[in-house]
Amino acid sequence: MTAITSSLRDITFEQQLAQRQRRGKILEIAALIAILLGIAMLLTLLVDVVIDGLPWLRPQLFTEFPSRFPEKSGLRSAIQGSIWLMVFTSIMVIPIGVGAGIYLEEFAPRNRLTEFIEINIANLAGVPSIIYGLLGLGLFVRGLGLGRSLIAGALTMTLLVLPIIIVTTREAIRAVPRSIRLAALALGASQWETARDHVLVYSMPAILTGVILAMSRAIGETAPLITIGALTYIAFDLRGPLDIFTVLPIQIFNWVSLPQKGFHDLAAAGIIVLLVLLLSMNALAIWLRNRLFIRW
Amino acid sequence: MNENSEYILETRNLNLYYGNFLAVADVNIKIRRHQITAIIGPSGCGKSTLLRAFNRMNELVPTARTEGEILFNNENIYDPSIDPVEVRRRIGMVFQKPNPFPKSIYENIAWGLRINGFRGSKSELDDLVEKALRDAALWDEVKDKLDQSGLSLSGGQQQRLCIARTIAVRPEVILMDEPASALDPIATLRIEELMQELKKNYTIIIVTHNMQQAARVSDYTAMMMLRNHEDRSGTVIEFDRTEVIFTNPRDKRTQDYVTGRFG
Repeated sequence: MTAITSSLRDITFEQQLAQRQRRGKILEIAALIAILLGIAMLLTLLVDVVIDGLPWLRPQLFTEFPSRFPEKSGLRSAIQGSIWLMVFTSIMVIPIGVGAGIYLEEFAPRNRLTEFIEINIANLAGVPSIIYGLLGLGLFVRGLGLGRSLIAGALTMTLLVLPIIIVTTREAIRAVPRSIRLAALALGASQWETARDHVLVYSMPAILTGVILAMSRAIGETAPLITIGALTYIAFDLRGPLDIFTVLPIQIFNWVSLPQKGFHDLAAAGIIVLLVLLLSMNALAIWLRNRLFIRW
Repeated sequence: MNENSEYILETRNLNLYYGNFLAVADVNIKIRRHQITAIIGPSGCGKSTLLRAFNRMNELVPTARTEGEILFNNENIYDPSIDPVEVRRRIGMVFQKPNPFPKSIYENIAWGLRINGFRGSKSELDDLVEKALRDAALWDEVKDKLDQSGLSLSGGQQQRLCIARTIAVRPEVILMDEPASALDPIATLRIEELMQELKKNYTIIIVTHNMQQAARVSDYTAMMMLRNHEDRSGTVIEFDRTEVIFTNPRDKRTQDYVTGRFG
């Protein structure tokens, strides 16, 4: 600035410049406050939960069934339910979701019907989960007569995460450059060979990431499982897919709704378990993304 | 099928459409076996479209449509009984931008062999991979790092890897779509030298924007241009020996183009 001789100085411009920079600064501070607010709320929640729940994070929490007495209560049946629910849901949703994604992206003819299906899948991903609960109740619990079983819950969860998996699979597949497909086809590969040995292989890390994130959503879902009648008081080990079951968030919900203070703290401990589970799944997804993704 | 006739490919009244747009109109040319044929012409006149018609890669564009015939060893590759996969195995292609698979250098070559029915031993496969890399003048540079990713190579090496991958499956024709336009002059020179070697065993058709390159490497040249400015359809306006095209063309437009007086 000082190097500019006074005869060349543009006073109006300089005044405006100062004002423009001030305005930028104000917005910057506003944005900073916004992020701090978000972090502060999250931290408050975490600190509060940890203070209440930490003393209850003891072996019995994992080995005991729920009970009338907080000291004797644990998450044994809920953890079993959550894990098996994830296992059965994964077994069903991964082949169907990834298969549907591959079909839509690599093989489906570009026509009105495909477009219609695509729009609907995108919309399904945004449908409130309780709707899937009602569908599961009508279709699996009553229609197929599966009752309030683990398999009915897994089928409901499959419906819930299927659109998410299809959408993430398609995005992962679309990230594989067209030039790779052309290279394979030009060697005399069929479309299926191209999809199997190249497109699917190179998009697999991204697909896996999507699957893990979808599953971490499913593990926290409560509403659809309550709708299909997953129980809160299960005092025995899971015996099979047709058995009744409960899951972590339902158990937590149940404890919170009880009057005794002990159960509230127990619920806080349950929240810690659920959070650790969710964060590890997300961390795994991030690790996969950083380690295995191909940089084109 | 006569594998020994002078011409390996022949187009008959070839019209190539994208939707209703006639991109390339009425092409009738004969491609000589074991010769390098260059396709030159201004941007947007349908050179790549014509090239991709030779191994039915055009069909991968959903709206593309083909009329007329392309005879490959006197057999129409657009006959309904012909599978495009078979056509592409026998008429390979090298693309403008090097596009190796993000697999090891070895796998880049072995994959094409396997999908095309290679069922031999590991050592036989090793030999075929080595031969392909030698034929593409890449072996000495990569023999110690066959397990490294194809993407770790330089641009020129990547393009030679793509050529090695293509010749590994032993096609009869190699289509090259501006194979050196993304490379520096030294890498370009190596590709051009390689083409002269490959010509002994393969027929090469190359699209190029670079007229010096066409003059240097090719035996025959097809000059493409828009027929007129109303329909924007490209066509081959002159097809002859390269030295004729560059020194004594019959068509005034060819002369203007090759001498740089075009447009």
